[in-house]
Amino acid sequence: MHADPTGVLAGAHFMDGDHACSEGAMAAGCRFVAGYPITPSTEVVERIAERFPYIGGIFIQMEDEIASSIAIQGAAWGGIKAMTVTSGPGFSLMMEHIGLAAITETPCVFVDVQRAGPSTGLPTMPAQGDMMQARWGSHGDYEIIALSPNSPQECFDLTIQAFNLSEKYRVPVLFMMDECVGHMIERVVIPPAEEIEIVERRMYGGPKEGYQPFEAGRDLVPLMVKAGDGYRIHVTGLTHDERGYPNMSVGAQAKLVQRLVDKIRLHADEIVQFQEHDVDDADVVVVTYGITSRTAIPAIEQARAKGMKVGHLRLVVVWPFPEKRIRALADRVKAFVVPEINLGQMVYEVERCAAGKSKVILVPHGGGTVHQPKDIYTAIEKSLRGK
Amino acid sequence: MPRTEVKIGGFGGQGVILSGYILGKAASIYDSKHATMIQSFGPEARGSACSAQLIISNEPISYPYIVSPNVMILMSQEAYSKFSPELASGGTLLTEEDLVVTRNLRKDVLHYSIPATRFAEELGKRLVLNIVMLGFTAAITNIVAADAARNAVKVSVPKGTEELNLAAFNKGFEYGLQLLKKEPVAAA
Repeated sequence: MHADPTGVLAGAHFMDGDHACSEGAMAAGCRFVAGYPITPSTEVVERIAERFPYIGGIFIQMEDEIASSIAIQGAAWGGIKAMTVTSGPGFSLMMEHIGLAAITETPCVFVDVQRAGPSTGLPTMPAQGDMMQARWGSHGDYEIIALSPNSPQECFDLTIQAFNLSEKYRVPVLFMMDECVGHMIERVVIPPAEEIEIVERRMYGGPKEGYQPFEAGRDLVPLMVKAGDGYRIHVTGLTHDERGYPNMSVGAQAKLVQRLVDKIRLHADEIVQFQEHDVDDADVVVVTYGITSRTAIPAIEQARAKGMKVGHLRLVVVWPFPEKRIRALADRVKAFVVPEINLGQMVYEVERCAAGKSKVILVPHGGGTVHQPKDIYTAIEKSLRGK
Repeated sequence: MPRTEVKIGGFGGQGVILSGYILGKAASIYDSKHATMIQSFGPEARGSACSAQLIISNEPISYPYIVSPNVMILMSQEAYSKFSPELASGGTLLTEEDLVVTRNLRKDVLHYSIPATRFAEELGKRLVLNIVMLGFTAAITNIVAADAARNAVKVSVPKGTEELNLAAFNKGFEYGLQLLKKEPVAAA
């Protein structure tokens, strides 16, 4: 299915990451955004608010992030593609509703333009400190999908992918930008609508009698209906059965939660996305995501110029984590170097998959700016020393 | 062109950010180069110091921040005092002649100045001084082709002001070419 040309601003633009994210959402078919504007994500909703009246979308500036993150779910059940946009402090407030979207299997996108925290932290400066929160921030067992763009072009391309994944798996998708990528201006090429692949929501169209809204087929993703179409539906955050009615039994809990987790885990090979460079002969692999995938490049080039066998694995989809690939690499590389603009988050995933078979070296950064390539270079050099 | 770092400085209201935006657009949309612009985030209301950082290169740009700027376009005294020490040795310094007194001018840089505000006033609108500076930059340095810059100016300025802005660009460009005939060629 191709994009609706109404929302597609085809052409070559010189645009920042925040605006490119807005354009990606509109191209993907998003027509409802609720948000409580917060630096450094404000430009995303500014552009949405400016453009939506011309393309038939609705933007609501809500009273807070809690309301924003629930309003989008109402919109989704009304049959619309919806998104909310925030940064650290607002993201923290949205955690409860990420869980609600997970258990009610509501397709929606949460954009988090990360700034340095905790709390109000450094509002105008970059960090990657919300990566574990994205995965584990809501209580209970569930799975989400998260993507991490490294350029304005990717803010456009991957926002479309975020919507597509959200619709395909009926899962909240978290779009993990950061201040640097959000405020960076670069060329963004928006293709014509007919070249943009869009995944539309799979709707149930069968008989109303006996309809079970949470009954899933082999792919574990139930077909959806929208409110007002005459189907009997009940949407609740309580553990529910296939009819959607609360069921407080151990059996219903086991069945529902297992399916919520399995629909992502069993499809992980299709969802996982990463880019590799010079990994085949590598002794050390630098694992990066987001803006760090760019700041690491000068360090990797410098190390290779000095004869060190360094590869680069960059996560595009961060959650689910590419466990299989890291495990396979751990069998033969000496070390992984993991630069992050936090004091250690995704490095724990690398360590888990490396399972002691290869060294894992974190290059931490407290946030406020990006890494200096020399710090990453020093870590690469260090990783090749000794055993 | 290898990675070239550009810093534009002035006070809010002079069109510093727009200048960076137009240069970046010229390079990346109309000149098939790569450009990355970072806006300095701060109190950029009228009158306070502000700057735009831009990287232009023939190759994709990995590291997004400027490290050692090769070209500086400075339109206020404060920007000169604050930023000119960061200019790379051998770099090119472009200043607004009436707004910047180049005290303690570094010997290891190439310096060119233009009375851009005066030219802009002669054209009828002081506001276009940033575009005069852009034309001047296009003449003195090789960071952007003049036609690419003209195209970017045309689509980036408010509708109805295109002609005025192109005249401002050409004024700066011509002045730069004349100046180059008198002074050594800058290696940007």
